[in-house]
Amino acid sequence: MIKPRPEPVQVIKQRRDEALGVLVSSIPYIQFLGVSFDRRGDELTAIMRYSDKLIGNPGLPALHGGAIAAFLEISAVIELSWSSLWKEIETPSDAAQGTSILSQIELPKTIDFTVDYLRSGLPRDAYARARVTRSGRRYASVFVEAWQDNRDRMFAQAKGHFLTPKSLTAAKGSVS
Amino acid sequence: MEAIPHAKELGIWFESIGQGVVEMHMNYDERFIGDPRTGVIHGGAVFALLDTCCGAAVISHPEQKGLTATIDLRVDYMRPAKPGQTIRAKATCYNVTRSVAFVRAVALDDDDDRPVATASGAFVAGT
Repeated sequence: MIKPRPEPVQVIKQRRDEALGVLVSSIPYIQFLGVSFDRRGDELTAIMRYSDKLIGNPGLPALHGGAIAAFLEISAVIELSWSSLWKEIETPSDAAQGTSILSQIELPKTIDFTVDYLRSGLPRDAYARARVTRSGRRYASVFVEAWQDNRDRMFAQAKGHFLTPKSLTAAKGSVS
Repeated sequence: MEAIPHAKELGIWFESIGQGVVEMHMNYDERFIGDPRTGVIHGGAVFALLDTCCGAAVISHPEQKGLTATIDLRVDYMRPAKPGQTIRAKATCYNVTRSVAFVRAVALDDDDDRPVATASGAFVAGT
């Protein structure tokens, strides 16, 4: 038995970044808000670059609650899609079809989303990480936390439920 | 909406304003699309409309003095909004205590009978 040589790191990185890029760039609202994603292995951090158009209260000034909520919901949707696609992305034989599968992928639909505003959003960049706490055949539960200058001082947290797209359920079935 | 840059950016406008009751509209815009396969706008844009509308309902309540901030807001998404249609949000601030205002809201497209989303939340009262 000869164990196949691991793929060169650059090949793996390129494939992962390409997949993430296709997923993120396909959604206009993510571009509208100026949200991007930083990837370390399979861990994603969402970043919302500060812009004046995100302000809700110019007097303080503070970020708009709706912009914060949208940022967290985007983090949740991308994390959920990303974690569902991870296995396919990691299978080199599918690499050629990888991005084409991705462009047809059904995104999870939000059932409900609840945001707790812990502190007012400062006029600076914001960061968020989402965690899929339950991933079922019908729906998934996702928890999101967001911070600005200090990782230990969250300024918002959210939880939501999402319908699992049929395509992902099918993909899951075929892998296992 | 000049006072709220993000609401202005989303093209949200006041349709009507009463005592603790506010209606706001947001036009369909391709920049708000959340699912490119269907053209349905992102839940986050609907959330932002509902949050703005709920906040305005609190400020318009006779017992509320000054501005407010969201403590928490939950949005239930009943169905996707029809692409191309304006979204109408109606919020009611139904109770104000010394420190908290309670609000609920509904979001509709052209179909009055089947809501796109509903929201309920708590806001800071009497800043």
